[in-house]
Amino acid sequence: MAENNRAVIKLKERFAADIVDIKEFRGEVTVTVKKENIVDICSFLKTALAFNLLTDVTAVDYLGQEPRFMMVYNLYSIPNKDRLRIKAQVSESCCSIDTVYKVWSTAEWLEREVYDLFGITFNSHPDLRRILMTDDWAGHPLRKDYPLQGPDREPYKGRLS
Amino acid sequence: MAQIETMTLNMGPQHPSTHGVLRLVLELDGEIIRKITPHIGYLHRGIEKLSEYRTYHQALPLTDRMDYLAPMSNNLGYVLAVEKLLGIEVPERAQTVRVITAELTRLKSHLVWLACHALDIGAMTVFIYAFREREKVMQLYEKLSGARMTSNYYRVGGLSADVYAGFEKDVQEIIDTFPGFFDTYEGLLTKNTIWLQRTVGNGVISAEDAIDAGITGPALRGSGVDWDLRRDNPYSGYDKYSFKVPVGEKCDTFDRYKVRLIEMREAVNIISQALKALKPGPVLADEPQVCYPPKENVYNSIEGLIHHFKIASEGFPVPEGEIYQSVEAPKGELGFYLVSDGGNKPYRMRVRPPSFVNLSAIEKMAKGAMIADLVAVIGTLDIVLGEIDR
Amino acid sequence: MGVDNPLGDNILTASLDGLVNWARKSSIWPMTFGLACCAIEMMATGASHNDLDRFGIIFRASPRQSDCIIIAGTVTKKMLPVIMTVYEQMPEPKWVIAMGACACSGGIFDTYSVVQGVDEALPVDVYIPGCPPRPEALLFGLIKLQEKIMRERNSFGSTIGLGERYDSAA
Repeated sequence: MAENNRAVIKLKERFAADIVDIKEFRGEVTVTVKKENIVDICSFLKTALAFNLLTDVTAVDYLGQEPRFMMVYNLYSIPNKDRLRIKAQVSESCCSIDTVYKVWSTAEWLEREVYDLFGITFNSHPDLRRILMTDDWAGHPLRKDYPLQGPDREPYKGRLS
Repeated sequence: MAQIETMTLNMGPQHPSTHGVLRLVLELDGEIIRKITPHIGYLHRGIEKLSEYRTYHQALPLTDRMDYLAPMSNNLGYVLAVEKLLGIEVPERAQTVRVITAELTRLKSHLVWLACHALDIGAMTVFIYAFREREKVMQLYEKLSGARMTSNYYRVGGLSADVYAGFEKDVQEIIDTFPGFFDTYEGLLTKNTIWLQRTVGNGVISAEDAIDAGITGPALRGSGVDWDLRRDNPYSGYDKYSFKVPVGEKCDTFDRYKVRLIEMREAVNIISQALKALKPGPVLADEPQVCYPPKENVYNSIEGLIHHFKIASEGFPVPEGEIYQSVEAPKGELGFYLVSDGGNKPYRMRVRPPSFVNLSAIEKMAKGAMIADLVAVIGTLDIVLGEIDR
Repeated sequence: MGVDNPLGDNILTASLDGLVNWARKSSIWPMTFGLACCAIEMMATGASHNDLDRFGIIFRASPRQSDCIIIAGTVTKKMLPVIMTVYEQMPEPKWVIAMGACACSGGIFDTYSVVQGVDEALPVDVYIPGCPPRPEALLFGLIKLQEKIMRERNSFGSTIGLGERYDSAA
């Protein structure tokens, strides 16, 4: 169970006030935390629990819910060969979170991608520019209210999408 | 004293040795690179967004076109993710065929890497040889799935069809002949003075830096980190096969070259073990809610036709939840993060592209090197832009 | 027969056209312009098994030396200005081959970032369907381009500044 996970036990001891939710689904443990302390939590996970590889940083847009965005960090520990997922809620009105670039340098590009496609800004990120789209692109394509074919084109009616 | 000014040089996006549409803006002090600013996104096709509008089966062909050098590895990562979300088991025969084809894909991908890497550094013979051998794998692909590159062979719950008659013989031929080809490549390169001068000591990145930068796959193992998802977090029955995980020592381009060559030999080794383990049986799970019915039923009975039509047009509902499933693709850890809201389409499909993360370390690897060595670093990272930009 | 039109419409013009066309079709030098998946099939066509060299087709890395551009892959909105620049850098006469479904029509990528067919920006001579097209399909497309080049008239005249090239079948 999720309560017996080595990371969950330590996180509960240390950051009890920041943990919003702990879930287990198909053997994967997800810990949802408040975004204010994300850098401390991440550096604790890296130094004390050996989650030395940040495999992925991404976001999910839950349009119509509050808070709207969810930052997702997929961590892996090469010495222990296990995974942990940290999620942090980001609201639309205060659409920013601290960068974890200082903890894992992988995050630099991955956070730029999240900024580009979701429009979440990262405080004190060294180089926050668009990465996939052109610099003058308007809008953030992976948001749910962004049309698939782009805002300037009528959707093609001949298929299911 | 006169001030030394650096020169800015634009490399790409149309450049033969950037392996696609990568653009690098270089700041040069004479021939020495002081700063690299990569610009990507020239092949951003919106696959993640598009898959939110497709049912789970319809999103499968999109994954072929991400890492187009290793389509079956992408398919494998995706179907494993959906299967994990659904919580269904795949029959053993399907798993074994998946291992065989995934390892053939690794051969295919590494052959293109070797061909292009060698061509960039000036060894054109290897390019011609490697593409000759790759064509054999492509022909097997075509016999198996009907397409040379975009195979789309797996299905959620198993395979689209059982292997053709004579598949074992064709795979056996690859097992028998390929080690000889690897010897040829090694004969052409491993002790070649030009090759050694271009690769030894080039693009060095320490194990710590590599982990910090998130590098995975052969590039990480070249830096001496003994970690392979096939062995450490096995999927598709990889735990049943014994294979070596090669690691490098000097963390340079030459070590990564050796690691990939040994990986190709080990891929042949895994294929031969899997071929021996291939037993007759079903290739699709017995899950009528999810899997397509057998073709005889579709052609001969109205119920089968309706069943097929329903799954093809409407898809299947997937329980609410989120999972992350990764596979050891030829480039590194390829992960799929799927979020389902209970409907028949992914609410969010995130692909963790190995090349994207590997490329982000290019500045660490090539800073201070000569500009001609940058080409070797791009080659050794084995990037593919379709996956970086998605 | 005036001084303005020294070659006129006589037999000499016709055969010179044929000679020029033959020279052009026998040495199509395409640009290495790989964009996506199709580029790998383009490489496979150029490599050992299919061998484009036997048609006199040799890939050139510089647009200044090429007379044909094979758009091999998905054209995105970010990439389109680059393609236009490269196309404009190529000297006349030049031809465009759209290789694969994406270059022809956008293919399966009907999304915000993809140009729905490169013919929105460039004059395409040969369309090759397929996702990606087989090497044989690319060879067939190149042979079609050779046929098209052989059909051209006033090839020599246009080079020395007399009128435009045109397709005899059009």
